[in-house]
Amino acid sequence: MLQLLAPDGTYAVPSEYAEYGEIIANLSEFELTRLYRDMARMRRFDTEATALQRQGQLGLWVPAIGQEAAQIGSGHAVAHNDHIFPSYREHGVAITHGVELMSILKLMRGVNHGGWNPEETRFHQYAIVLGSQVLHAVGYAMGIKLDGKIGSDDPENDLAVISYFGDGATAEGDVSESLLFAAINDAPIVFFIQNNQWAISSNVSDQTRVPLYKRGVGFGVEGMQVDGNDVLACYAATKIHMDNARSGKGPFLIEAMTYRIGAHTTSDDPTKYRDEAEVDRWRAKDPLARFEIFLRRQGIGDDFFEEVITAGDELAADIRAQTFALTTPGLENIFDYVYTDPHPEIDRQKAWLLAYEKQMGAHE
Amino acid sequence: MPIAKALNAGIHAAMAKDEKVLMFGQDVAQLGGVFRVTEGLLKDFGPSRIFNSPIAESGIVGTAIGLAMRGYRPVTEIQFDGFVFPAFNQITSQLAKLTSRSEGFLKMPVVIRIPYGGGIGAVEHHSESPEAYFAHTAGLRVITPSNSNDAYWMIQQAIESNDPVVVFEPKRRYWQKGPVNLDTPPMSMHSARVLREGNQVTLLSYGPMVPTAIQAAELAAQEGINLEVIDLRSLSPIDYPTILASVQKTGRAIIAAEAPTNLSISAEVAARIQENAFYHLEAPVIRVGSFDTPYPPAKLEEAYLPDADRILEAVDRVLAY
Repeated sequence: MLQLLAPDGTYAVPSEYAEYGEIIANLSEFELTRLYRDMARMRRFDTEATALQRQGQLGLWVPAIGQEAAQIGSGHAVAHNDHIFPSYREHGVAITHGVELMSILKLMRGVNHGGWNPEETRFHQYAIVLGSQVLHAVGYAMGIKLDGKIGSDDPENDLAVISYFGDGATAEGDVSESLLFAAINDAPIVFFIQNNQWAISSNVSDQTRVPLYKRGVGFGVEGMQVDGNDVLACYAATKIHMDNARSGKGPFLIEAMTYRIGAHTTSDDPTKYRDEAEVDRWRAKDPLARFEIFLRRQGIGDDFFEEVITAGDELAADIRAQTFALTTPGLENIFDYVYTDPHPEIDRQKAWLLAYEKQMGAHE
Repeated sequence: MPIAKALNAGIHAAMAKDEKVLMFGQDVAQLGGVFRVTEGLLKDFGPSRIFNSPIAESGIVGTAIGLAMRGYRPVTEIQFDGFVFPAFNQITSQLAKLTSRSEGFLKMPVVIRIPYGGGIGAVEHHSESPEAYFAHTAGLRVITPSNSNDAYWMIQQAIESNDPVVVFEPKRRYWQKGPVNLDTPPMSMHSARVLREGNQVTLLSYGPMVPTAIQAAELAAQEGINLEVIDLRSLSPIDYPTILASVQKTGRAIIAAEAPTNLSISAEVAARIQENAFYHLEAPVIRVGSFDTPYPPAKLEEAYLPDADRILEAVDRVLAY
């Protein structure tokens, strides 16, 4: 397993991973502090969204606390013109690619089903049916290859795809088919598994007999395991293998070993299926705590960390106010996006509902 | 030309017109598909435009979705009706919903071709009529050509659509010949067509049952009974104005299809006729279809599938009111 930053904050590059260490050695202070800033932002967003759900402002929240290094590290290693196919817990990856965070809260409030523009952000729609998005990612990568957008060594021309999914989703047939289609097409894609140990109440030990990073080998997709709570390992691994995909070396699989500190969703009760002692063992490997030690050793001082806390409070107040201000969309939204081209039956039903509502309103 | 050749010519024309059109599925490249619908396309367009897929239907449709997101217009072939179900999630929960999920940012110009229906003496899973599952799903368009001219034009209209289109191809009629007008498209792929005018009973049908319906109308005419035969052509959306105009004239309607009648296209059409033409009806709308059983072994399919006699039995019943 690739680990550059130990839980106690010690930074060391094992000799067999020297090229990964070089990636980190080339990061500027801005890039390093941005990793911390965004991990803290992701965590603050998460705690605020959980509070909003508990107050009835969101129908559901899907917490990702504990997975900040896996998401922020990998997300920042993805180039701005690469394409990202998330599952539904990738709020941190969304932060790294400039997705308007209210888009995610709108989805969780029930204002829409997503509705951000994937061509603008390169961050595609959340996928709730596990593994379904991985095939879309592979198809997209096949299209990139057909377009000749790999292997030119021009960073503005070449691009690749990264698809996120969890340990639970690896059991889905679509994930196996994705590995196969990617391998036989030499598609420019990185499969990024966040192994957070739990698929609702099923432990990963009940999901696989072979470590997940080896899952692709039989299909022809090599893989590696990284410490998913080590933001530097996640960054370096994703950077190298996205670069490889972009240069035409085909698909690769990364398994990031992390932990879902919170519940599966706000409807879940993890005390029914796992020990608090296990959660405590993982809390001791917290991704932010170890990176803070690292940054302080690099000479980053209190001012920075205080500024991050202030920014978090501002973010929380901002999304709280914006959530309270969200309006319910018009009834025409039920109909307007079902088809791209005109559809007489949908038009008829829309006209009926609008007329019905108007008439009922007139009787009030 | 035969329907299979007309589909081939239609796909060829679409691929020649737009380089973003891709064709893939199981055995479609060198072999030209098990029904040879894609024969010769590899020679003309090369392996980056038409290629074989692994035997993984979900993967075929799922990667087609990704290619459509990248700006391609994929045409996929599902080898047989009974093999579509491994792709059911990708078709009904993904392909059908991505446009609405993204509030219109994503267009899904994907065509799924499915040879369907029985009457070919095949083993299990090769003779089914699963069209109602797809017509029930919002976000999909569903069409079924019944003759060569429609096959040539409707496949091109499906490829030009910005929405996903499931094209059900009447496999037992693949080698039925008919004229093709290569210059002028006949009508929208979503319009029904009156094939034979009459004033006593409206006989609605689609896909492989259309020639059977025509045969029934010819037999009825020998007995002096005048049937108006309509080919629905489109199963989602259904062209109700054409259907209702006919029923308002005849006052009687029969809908004949191969699928089991329970919760079928036929059931929906019958419901809509009684809802919208109640005062014009002289008799209940009758569905002529197959039974609510699994498709039987081939030696029993002749009794299972509706034929002209079963349609004429229904004609007698509606005229008895």
